[in-house]
Amino acid sequence: MAKVIYFDNNATTQVAPEVLDAMLPFLKDLYGNPSSMHTFGGQVEKYIRQSRESIAGLLGCDSSEIVFTGCGTESDNAAIKGVLAAMPEKRKIITTRVEHPAVLTTCREIQAQGYKMIELGVDKYGQINLGELEAEVDDDTALVTIMYANNETGVIFPIDKIAEIVKAKDVVFHTDAVQAVGKIPLNLNKSNIDLLSLSGHKLHAPKGVGVLYIKKGTRISPFIVGGHQEKSRRAGTENVAGIVALGKAAELAAKSIQQENTKVKKLRDKLESTILKTCTGAMLNGDKINRLPNTTNISFEFIEGEAILLLLDQFGICASSGSACTSGSLEPSHVMRAMGVPFTAAHGSIRFSLSIYNTEDEVDFVIEKMPQVVNRLRELSPFVNER
Amino acid sequence: MWDYNKKVMEYFLHPRNAGEIENPDGVGEEGSLACGDMLKLTFKLGKDRRIADVKFKTFGCASAIASASIMTEMVKGLTIEEAEKITNKDIVDKLGGLPEQKMHCSVMGMEALQAAIANYRTGKGKPTKKAEGKIVCTCFGVTDKEIEKVIIENDIDTVEQVTNYCKAGGGCGSCRGEIQQIIDKIRGKKEKSAEVHTHPKKLTNLQKIQLIQRTISEQVRPLLKAHGGDIDLIDVEGNKVIVAFRGMCSQCPTAEFTMKDVVEARLREFVTSDIIVEEQSE
Repeated sequence: MAKVIYFDNNATTQVAPEVLDAMLPFLKDLYGNPSSMHTFGGQVEKYIRQSRESIAGLLGCDSSEIVFTGCGTESDNAAIKGVLAAMPEKRKIITTRVEHPAVLTTCREIQAQGYKMIELGVDKYGQINLGELEAEVDDDTALVTIMYANNETGVIFPIDKIAEIVKAKDVVFHTDAVQAVGKIPLNLNKSNIDLLSLSGHKLHAPKGVGVLYIKKGTRISPFIVGGHQEKSRRAGTENVAGIVALGKAAELAAKSIQQENTKVKKLRDKLESTILKTCTGAMLNGDKINRLPNTTNISFEFIEGEAILLLLDQFGICASSGSACTSGSLEPSHVMRAMGVPFTAAHGSIRFSLSIYNTEDEVDFVIEKMPQVVNRLRELSPFVNER
Repeated sequence: MWDYNKKVMEYFLHPRNAGEIENPDGVGEEGSLACGDMLKLTFKLGKDRRIADVKFKTFGCASAIASASIMTEMVKGLTIEEAEKITNKDIVDKLGGLPEQKMHCSVMGMEALQAAIANYRTGKGKPTKKAEGKIVCTCFGVTDKEIEKVIIENDIDTVEQVTNYCKAGGGCGSCRGEIQQIIDKIRGKKEKSAEVHTHPKKLTNLQKIQLIQRTISEQVRPLLKAHGGDIDLIDVEGNKVIVAFRGMCSQCPTAEFTMKDVVEARLREFVTSDIIVEEQSE
């Protein structure tokens, strides 16, 4: 395969070589079922325990609060549906307009069943109004679910403050932290977060494994029932290799989190500030200050995102877009729309998301190619009248 | 990722006839910013009254650019009357196909061409955007005439396809019922003319079950899907057909009417007149 410059790490990440080494034995010799009575199977259990410890270390919580799931979406579904099932007398759920579909679609499905659903709007920086949230949380509210960091813009919500507001009203709080874990330090012991979702493949573990953190004492019904695995909180034979991989990835993330906020942030800032300077009609989307160190979302006015991505693809550059055309729907990203980004810019929004594996050479290459991609499409655009 | 064929990619990466003609004989603009695509077409006639030069400018995705570009090649050298006959299907065929959800890009090409021709006829200079008929989809400003046109030209039978071709119904979705009515109207006409052939008198049991299945999937299911519901064929006992409603239909208070007015009526029309439909008991 030709050269690939992978700037789409909010979509998925490469499996770290150390992670692959750690998981391989469980796809070969150590294939036993951890629930088995015999030593051959039972010995696997201790590796799951170790993984649980590593993840608890990264999140700053107790290992008994970690439940392994199949992916981030499952964790979100389990959190939302599990809490509602545990308190059927409460009929209201609060979320935001910029959530990932894993949360938004789940909430809307519940709304269709007769629940009251509140979607908090955001301002042009992608931030919610905390006063509005506080006013909405009432006795009838079963759950508040608000993402930690936005997948498209990287905008970070003030989750500790939000959790405090929700806790003061004695309501359960869930956060989809799929994009935040491994990129910004967390300390769940000291926070009021009751439930938190994370996904392995966003932090250099493979796809097919996730976690739902459940704070001790949180009332929640199991989402997937069957066997007694995960203390009956999530049935199904453990994805041992995936779980071991996620444990290793958590260990690595604990070490590299500093780098995310120095090296990766520096690369992102260089990429962003140069593109904003050299490309005509480029503008930043989101909150420049409160956001993930690896993400930038830039709109290119009067040109269309899918066309930009396909031209970048010709150079082996991988990014993503909030344009309608890339999704198969007819409307641009719900996040761009919620922030009030004009249509002329929303369709041309491009997200670059970096990781610790990216280099300055790669950033320089993208910086070199970007203006020619933009200019080429602007020449075709009926909205641009140059000359 | 979209599965674009080589030709589409070629016309996207190396578009022919990109640009704008100064002092054109006709100008057409189609699309809108809200939808994320916009096409401006300009042409000039030669002394022989044939299109001598034509150029396009597109704000849009790869298939929008490719559709516009290949269309300019198709119309070059044609008379106005010949160019007018080009449909979106001709554009798609020339490209060797487009993904289903991208069909509206080819429609935009055809509409810009028609707008440019209308502009040529009504007088030079100002671009015109025709809005014939009554607006059905307010989100994307699509009229009933435009919807009818894509249904007929592309042999469409579901609301979803209409959305793929002309965007109508792809926004808030409140016009989906109305689109279905337009489809029904057009299909009704078509089926009446074809009825004689599709009504074999003597059916074997197997043929009957197959016909029931086909009628449900082609005639009934699209209707219910437009309302978020679905239907499954459970069993056929003689002339008794047992079905189960799914999705929104399963809780719908008007399901009983749907049963008689839609399911039973369609099956009687297309299979045999003595069919009785029942809902599966729990």
